[in-house]
Amino acid sequence: MSFNRTFAIVLRNFYLIRGSFSRIFPLFAWVAVDMVLWGFLTRYLNTVASPGFNFVPALLGAVLLWDFFIRIMQGVTMAFFEDVWSRNFLNIFATPLLISEYVGGLILSSIATSVVGLAVMLLIAAVFFKLSLFVYGLTVMPFLLVLFLFGIALGVFGSALVLHLGPASEWFIWPIPALISPFAGVLYPISTLPQWMQYVSYLLPPSYVFEGLRKIISGGTVSGTTLVWGALLAAGYILLAYWFFIRIYRHALRTGLIARYSAETLS
Amino acid sequence: MAKILSVTALRRAYGDLVAVNNISFDVDRNEIVGLLGPNGAGKTTTINMILGVLEPDAGSIHIEDLDLVSSRSQAIARTNFAAVYTPMPGNLTVAQNLRIFGLLYGVKDIANRIGELLKQFDLEAFRDKKCGVLSSGEQTRVSLAKAMLNSPHLLLLDEPTASLDPATAREIRTKIREFAVGGPGGVLWTSHNMYEVEEVCDRVLFLSHGRILLEGNPKTLPAAYGKKTLEELFITVAREPLTLEVA
Repeated sequence: MSFNRTFAIVLRNFYLIRGSFSRIFPLFAWVAVDMVLWGFLTRYLNTVASPGFNFVPALLGAVLLWDFFIRIMQGVTMAFFEDVWSRNFLNIFATPLLISEYVGGLILSSIATSVVGLAVMLLIAAVFFKLSLFVYGLTVMPFLLVLFLFGIALGVFGSALVLHLGPASEWFIWPIPALISPFAGVLYPISTLPQWMQYVSYLLPPSYVFEGLRKIISGGTVSGTTLVWGALLAAGYILLAYWFFIRIYRHALRTGLIARYSAETLS
Repeated sequence: MAKILSVTALRRAYGDLVAVNNISFDVDRNEIVGLLGPNGAGKTTTINMILGVLEPDAGSIHIEDLDLVSSRSQAIARTNFAAVYTPMPGNLTVAQNLRIFGLLYGVKDIANRIGELLKQFDLEAFRDKKCGVLSSGEQTRVSLAKAMLNSPHLLLLDEPTASLDPATAREIRTKIREFAVGGPGGVLWTSHNMYEVEEVCDRVLFLSHGRILLEGNPKTLPAAYGKKTLEELFITVAREPLTLEVA
């Protein structure tokens, strides 16, 4: 492993973001809109619902964590798409770069961009809606870790999918978080779902986070085993996603797709 | 002479089409080898396999003594390439692209090396310009500067002068010739410009239907097959390869 080669991928993304308003804006704009929208909604719900229950940490906090997960996932895929959009695969994969270094660079780029989004969300939530993540106690750290790991896993998986299916398939990647959210119980308890959906929820690390979050708000405590299980599940998904990426890359080398990527298929 | 590149029994098919059919050749240190042939002869497929972006069906590739399969990263670190169909990303400046590829190729003292190459390829005025706004000739010079970043032992050039004006093309040929003669490496060069090939290459390989049909000195090869010029020989290879096989 070469740190310099991983750093090259991060530096490339830094150069691109630094010089482009259209790349800087989405880092914070949509999460800021989400915070404002859900902030006022929760404030309204607090006025019409029975007193004693605070919707701000329950809903706005959940949306904040969910948006963090989305930013992490999209941070990986966006860094990967830069190579798709600039038709750079032949240049980049004909260098000594290892796949582990490339994926490592995508992940580090994602961390850097997601921190911006997280900071903006925390600021808006704290200043305008009096929500601090400390309301969840130290448990918020494993919450963030689980969501971070699962976001990385989905980002790597999505990148592999686009590598395999061609540039036009990026359309498949954007709705993935929306497809997962009903099962993850972001805004409601998993027990609300029909039984078959609950089975799917148990396979999704974020569902452990959001169930835990609601437990804390209702005065309970989250069991360490639950959080460890969520983290292990997410780490398992990262390994699976990385294995999938390597398989797709090797398939692309065998078929010649790397050298002819713009053709989308070799048929 | 020490071998920089050894290709042995290389084969690659796309379905029923055999693009490269059991070819073997070497490139020696300080040697420029021209890989010639009509469109679809297998030149780019061969180069892609040497670059490690396309897996051969059979055969082996060694760069110096390193096997491309078992020591890919180390072997590729000794190569670099420029191809007319792979410009540098247009959304980064010349200096940014060179810095990123310098890191990828493990170049030491990158800032100085970039300065040298910008001067060598007359790119100083475009240092902070995005590659996408450069003319095709300027973009080719950026690709060539990238190809020289790590002073490669094996330089792969796929039609490097295709979009250059004659004066710039001559300068580039001179630079590459200097690199091959005075540097540590060898060059594998594809071109459809037979005048250029004759001027630059020490040896040529004529590919047709994925096989090496002819090999030799570009200055003497035409006469050996009863042709006046290399271009005439090329046209015969493209249109009537069987007549040469019989000869």
